[in-house]
Amino acid sequence: MFNSEERIEINVENLNLYYGKFQALKSVDIYIKKNQVTALIGPSGCGKSTFLRTLNRLNDLIESVKIEGSITINGEDIYDKNCDVVTLRKKVGMVFQKPNPFPKTIYENVAYGPRIHGINDRKTLNIIVEKSLREAALWDEVKDDLNRSAMRLSGGQQQRLCIARVLAVEPDVVLMDEPTSALDPIATQKIEDLIRDLKKKFTIVIVTHNMQQAARISDTTVFFLNGEVIEIGSTELLFTRPKNPKTEDYITGKFG
Amino acid sequence: MKNKKELAIALFFTLNGALAILILTGIFYLLLSNSFYAWRDVGFWRFLTGLEWRPAGFSHSLYGIRTLIVGTLMVTAGSMIIAVPLGIGCAAYLAEVASPIEREIIKPVVEVLAAVPSVVLGFFGIVVLSPLLAKVFNLPNGLNALNGSILLALMSLPTIISIAEDALAAVPREYKEASLALGANRVQTLRHVLLPAAGSGVTAAVMLGVGRAIGETMTVIMATGNALKSPTGYFSSVRTLTATIAIELGEVPYNTTHYYALFAIGFVLFTMTFAVSLLADIFLHRASEVGKR
Repeated sequence: MFNSEERIEINVENLNLYYGKFQALKSVDIYIKKNQVTALIGPSGCGKSTFLRTLNRLNDLIESVKIEGSITINGEDIYDKNCDVVTLRKKVGMVFQKPNPFPKTIYENVAYGPRIHGINDRKTLNIIVEKSLREAALWDEVKDDLNRSAMRLSGGQQQRLCIARVLAVEPDVVLMDEPTSALDPIATQKIEDLIRDLKKKFTIVIVTHNMQQAARISDTTVFFLNGEVIEIGSTELLFTRPKNPKTEDYITGKFG
Repeated sequence: MKNKKELAIALFFTLNGALAILILTGIFYLLLSNSFYAWRDVGFWRFLTGLEWRPAGFSHSLYGIRTLIVGTLMVTAGSMIIAVPLGIGCAAYLAEVASPIEREIIKPVVEVLAAVPSVVLGFFGIVVLSPLLAKVFNLPNGLNALNGSILLALMSLPTIISIAEDALAAVPREYKEASLALGANRVQTLRHVLLPAAGSGVTAAVMLGVGRAIGETMTVIMATGNALKSPTGYFSSVRTLTATIAIELGEVPYNTTHYYALFAIGFVLFTMTFAVSLLADIFLHRASEVGKR
């Protein structure tokens, strides 16, 4: 339990985020440990997805967003003027709520990331594609026809393909925004098994609506409410002995 | 009572739909039935492939439309070479790069461009473009295929821009986010994800632009010089199919071979635009299928 490897990978201090005049995140302080699964829980609209998107600066796409505070990943301030968004997003991959493979072949989906980062050698790409699909536990199901359209895979397979696509650029951190909410229980279980496996190599931050899921797969849990972090701690403690009464009310289902 | 009313409404709309089909088949029949006489007199292949169009020949008249077809194809192709990159580029800019304010300004301007009457554009071709081309390329005059191509490009741009932009905007947001989240920049995302995903719609936009250019008459009459000799390049004066009908139909004696031959030109033109629209339709249909997933 007291692993000396438990190093902090992402550190968030006093983060405030505004959509126009609406404040979506209020002085958020969070630490995320390396090679752990950190789950973000909380009711809809509490800011957990918004927070997740600050970690790879995907909120930059929205015109009216204003961000204050600091986020450091591996000691680097990602909102610094000199921070290159492309490099950041290479290091911090993201899996979305709805499986969103490109309307291309399975192979092209996985090879997309390496290609845009300048890898064009076919042999190297073949190796990356196989490795990524294996890591995403999809290889055995698709290896016979990598030129099939990704759109013809099942929802669960598509989501694992999206995970493979992220792994292909070799990130340090993988963000997951409710990755199983559009999937059936069996596909969900496969993804959960995969997440447990992936944390050996990657740091994972997952937003989930499903508290059982958070309890099952995460090491650390963060409880968000109305844009504030109410409680952060080891998953085991947070679910068995929450410190804050609001956390207790939420995890026992009094609201949500 | 209510049933009767519903029935009447249904009938009304059925009739409206039927009318459109009826008019189309009517036009088709009118063109085809008159064309037959021309082909009887001239011969179908000689009509299509004959080099010379000389309806008022001294000893005998010639009705070959190959030169005219070449003229139409040259001007259309030329206009597309100009309009396709510009149009898709502009659509991409509007869909992906432009700020909301820029979009609010550019989109109406593009729509106004569509509303410029073709005769006004032709006027512009004669008064502004022609002297300019003559000066830049050192030609005796600037009424040639290039002039027509440029004007037709201007005419088909609004169609291409607005339909291509719709297609790009219809690409699911998730694709774009996935690409950006992988560290792609905007240009890479546009080139490798958005444009391929919008491919069918963009192709349809180009097809509709082609249809617009093939059928256009007034502008090309005014701008291309209308010479009846085989063009040697984009600096030659050309005569298009549309221009020939418009110029000659008013003065031709009825029920002569010449008269019927003009109908036959109309038929050829109709077939060309019909084929292009059909292709556009197939691509648009495919685009909506992709959107549905």
